[in-house]
Amino acid sequence: MSGQTGQTAVPVSTGTIRNGAGVQKKVLYGLLLLGLIVAPMAGAYPVFVLKVMCFALFACAFNLLIGFTGLLSFGHAAFFGGAGYAAGHAMKVWGVTPEVGLILGTLTGAGIGYVVGSLAIRRQGIYFSMITLALAQMLFFICLQAPFTGGEDGLQGIPRGKLFGVLSLSEDITLYYVALAIIVAAFALIVRTVHSPFGQILKAIKENEPRAISLGYDVDRFKLLAFVISAALSGLAGSIKALVLGFGTLTDVHWSMSGSVILMTLVGGLGTLSGPIVGAFVVVALENKLGDIGSFLANLTGISWFNALGESVTMVTGIIFVICVLTFRRGIMGELIALTSRKK
Amino acid sequence: MLSQLLLGLVNGAFYAMLSLGLAVIFGLLNVINFAHGALFMLGALLAWAGMEYAGLNYWVMLALSPIIVGVLGVIIEKSMLRWIYKLDHIYGLLLTLGITLVIEGVFRSIYGVSGLPYSPPDALQGATDLGFMILPNYRAWVVVASLVVCFATWFVIEKTKLGAYLRAGTENPKMVEAFGVNVPLMVTLTYGFGVALAAFAGVLAAPVIQVSPLMGQNLIIVVFAVVVIGGMGSIMGSILTGLGLGVIEGLTKVFYPEASATVVFFIMVIVLLLRPAGLFGREK
Amino acid sequence: MKMTRLAVAVAATVLGAVSTGASAQVSGDTVKIGYITDLSGLYADIDGPGGLEAVKMAIEDHGGKVLGKPIELMSADHQNKADIAASKAREWMDQQGLDLLVGGTNSGTALAMNKVASEKKRVYINIGAGTARLTNEECSPYTVHYAYDTVALAKGTGSAVVKQGGKSWFFLTADYAFGHSLETDTAAVVKANGGTVVGTVRHPLSASDFSSFLLQAQASKAQILGLANAGGDTINSIKAAKEFGITKNMKIAGLLMFINDVHSLGLKNTEGLLMTDSWYWDMNDDTRKWANRFFGKMKKMPSSLQAADYSAVSTYLKAVETAKTDDPDKVMAELKKMKINDFYNKGQIRADGRNIHDMYLMQVKAPAESKKPWDYLKVVATIPGDQAFTTVAESKCAMLKK
Repeated sequence: MSGQTGQTAVPVSTGTIRNGAGVQKKVLYGLLLLGLIVAPMAGAYPVFVLKVMCFALFACAFNLLIGFTGLLSFGHAAFFGGAGYAAGHAMKVWGVTPEVGLILGTLTGAGIGYVVGSLAIRRQGIYFSMITLALAQMLFFICLQAPFTGGEDGLQGIPRGKLFGVLSLSEDITLYYVALAIIVAAFALIVRTVHSPFGQILKAIKENEPRAISLGYDVDRFKLLAFVISAALSGLAGSIKALVLGFGTLTDVHWSMSGSVILMTLVGGLGTLSGPIVGAFVVVALENKLGDIGSFLANLTGISWFNALGESVTMVTGIIFVICVLTFRRGIMGELIALTSRKK
Repeated sequence: MLSQLLLGLVNGAFYAMLSLGLAVIFGLLNVINFAHGALFMLGALLAWAGMEYAGLNYWVMLALSPIIVGVLGVIIEKSMLRWIYKLDHIYGLLLTLGITLVIEGVFRSIYGVSGLPYSPPDALQGATDLGFMILPNYRAWVVVASLVVCFATWFVIEKTKLGAYLRAGTENPKMVEAFGVNVPLMVTLTYGFGVALAAFAGVLAAPVIQVSPLMGQNLIIVVFAVVVIGGMGSIMGSILTGLGLGVIEGLTKVFYPEASATVVFFIMVIVLLLRPAGLFGREK
Repeated sequence: MKMTRLAVAVAATVLGAVSTGASAQVSGDTVKIGYITDLSGLYADIDGPGGLEAVKMAIEDHGGKVLGKPIELMSADHQNKADIAASKAREWMDQQGLDLLVGGTNSGTALAMNKVASEKKRVYINIGAGTARLTNEECSPYTVHYAYDTVALAKGTGSAVVKQGGKSWFFLTADYAFGHSLETDTAAVVKANGGTVVGTVRHPLSASDFSSFLLQAQASKAQILGLANAGGDTINSIKAAKEFGITKNMKIAGLLMFINDVHSLGLKNTEGLLMTDSWYWDMNDDTRKWANRFFGKMKKMPSSLQAADYSAVSTYLKAVETAKTDDPDKVMAELKKMKINDFYNKGQIRADGRNIHDMYLMQVKAPAESKKPWDYLKVVATIPGDQAFTTVAESKCAMLKK
């Protein structure tokens, strides 16, 4: 990715750093936050929204690496799922309180990220990606064999516990607001990182690595740091999901999960801050609601074939992939941002 | 032990055959063709369909199936792939991944997942007693066919003028076009040829692995690993790596069978760390 | 006059409320049934859309209504992801007032749904998953495990095959929890019946080539090759076994197989193979009648799971009628009291949720023996229910240890 081809094929939306667009952005984010806060009261199903947000965080963390540093990891599921297992195990077997579980999960994500990153960063481009894939597959194998993960039965019955030992999280609503707060904080961290001097250097590395090196930056150290942050936040997302749903399974460390997060980021918009959130929503909604969407379309248009849509999740996902790559390359948010900045 | 090594070689020849198409497409088009697994499956499915609907036997389908899939490949290339050549590898990968999901999804909804029965042709039924093991005749044929096709392809690409045009066309298309060679046509036909190789492997596999819409999924990741280890631009690299990996996998099945699917990734990490561009590759 | 009318209205309302209280109570005025299984992946053929059709048939045959209230059916594809299964189940229970959750294939999803159902206290009947944990470590007062489990398969195939003379076994096991437990359970039964386990080899899930493992099996000189794997792995193992001539000296026992597997392999590849199942379409007139109805809709013969889907939903509806309510506790009490007798089974649901019924050891016919389409199996032995499933003494379910 970085420095392999002369062209920056992956567009970076400059609209995110120009100050003029800043106010508009803040208003939109504010609205989104407000929407999320009132969602349960408006009738949205809290667990589903939480699921979307976990994946949104996962996608944003992943995007930190691909969209802003130019590193494509094929094995991000390792951090997401691995941390989920660690946090789940800690909460279920060691009986730690949820916030400790989440911290442990995040640290696990960071730790695995450090190992994978140190090995993978030695290589560039597609080889970097393949090393991440290979290491993720090896972690999958370990998870498959290790007794504590429960194999394909999964790690079941993770308790919700009491936050800090006092606040019981068994009610969906309570858990919703606690998790929302954590995820918003994590997202804010990502935004700060991107806008910080550190983030600028990452962008410089992505656009022209040799030049960054010639300017005297220890490029490898920066890449590794970005990798670890991305892995840690992916781990946080995975741990929250384990807490919310109460279990962790092999699906979370499977390569299809790595593929999923790539799809979310692509559909939403690589290199945009809000893109992954939109992408996560689209993909999760697709997986969970395609059957409902199908029935709705069937009733709307009267074409009964739509009823079978629920059985074709992979096919629809594939079509979306194809359309996105061919026509919608900047993703939903990317295209929207490009549209609005062109209008200025 | 000897029998396990031989079996490993049989599998290896098959991996070599499958990764060959992928290596050709990457080496000459710079596209990571994730759809290889799905097109492999399509080749096998066509062999079954030929038998089921038209009574065409194995030998006919061995020639016909690759041609049909090759034509499909040309259509895919002309309609979708050529838009993304200038872009980063990731787009090619994602596009072909999308194509894979669509192909697998469509056939899955038509044929289900359990698979369709397909038997080896009569001429190749039965087995030969080699003394230390009994080797089914069909497997022996797979090795022979794979090796012949592999080396023929390698020869054409590395040693003939056509191959030289192909290689030059990737590195410097404008120059080659200036010489009057139709580069876009060459590229299209190369993709068609690469996927035809996948389909050929599919027909070879049909009597051995149950023909099902998901049959490509498990193999594609391993084949990828083979190509990467061998060196992404190198034809000979994937052939030799395919063979070698088959043997190593065979040995793993004896000593630590549970890990036999994961050993290839372990090797991939080690090779990539020691030799950046794979065993035989050239850093682009 | 207004007062009188008002008084009459009030009286009528009060009377109405009282009378509905006395007669059948159905929560939310509909009985909602949710069906979650693998509709499009690895297990779609043995359960999947066919199972959904079976459930629809059961609802239709009951008249589309129970206790005078309409029945509403919802379905979802869990795509073999526990995430999706559990989230959907949870959502239906929280937001839709789900009364019956019917669970399909894949043990991970089954266990996840089990947790949700026991937390929300709704009736959960699982049909397709094999894990015996549902009625052991993870048993719940609201869960019924209806069709089969790994213990029944192990006891069935293990004991019956040994009794037939297949004393020495070699296991080809899929390297994951399900495969391991299938192997362990069967090995224990084999040894208890006087057999021996000569060796075992574990293969990675979804391996494409089994030749090397099969050679190891052949070298062991065991009489029986036990396939402790499922789906595509079983199919490929059998194909390769035929190819390498393993079947000349060894009999194959498929520890988890369904009629669809035999169908996709063909009789040439599978003849002589032994398998245990809870039902077969060609066993008697009742089974044939239902199977032909199913065939009319799906164009294939039903698997035991699809028949069980029908039976489970039909039994539930009967239980609701008898209990005069869809209240989960009362319905569960009724389910555990009733004697089930339909074309699928003569069953009795035990306190731990385990449906006890006979299992059948079957053998695949030779091509010459098959007289009509889908005429694949013959019943070789019947394993009575109380011998097939985990006994109360062996059970790890806390509810049985009172």
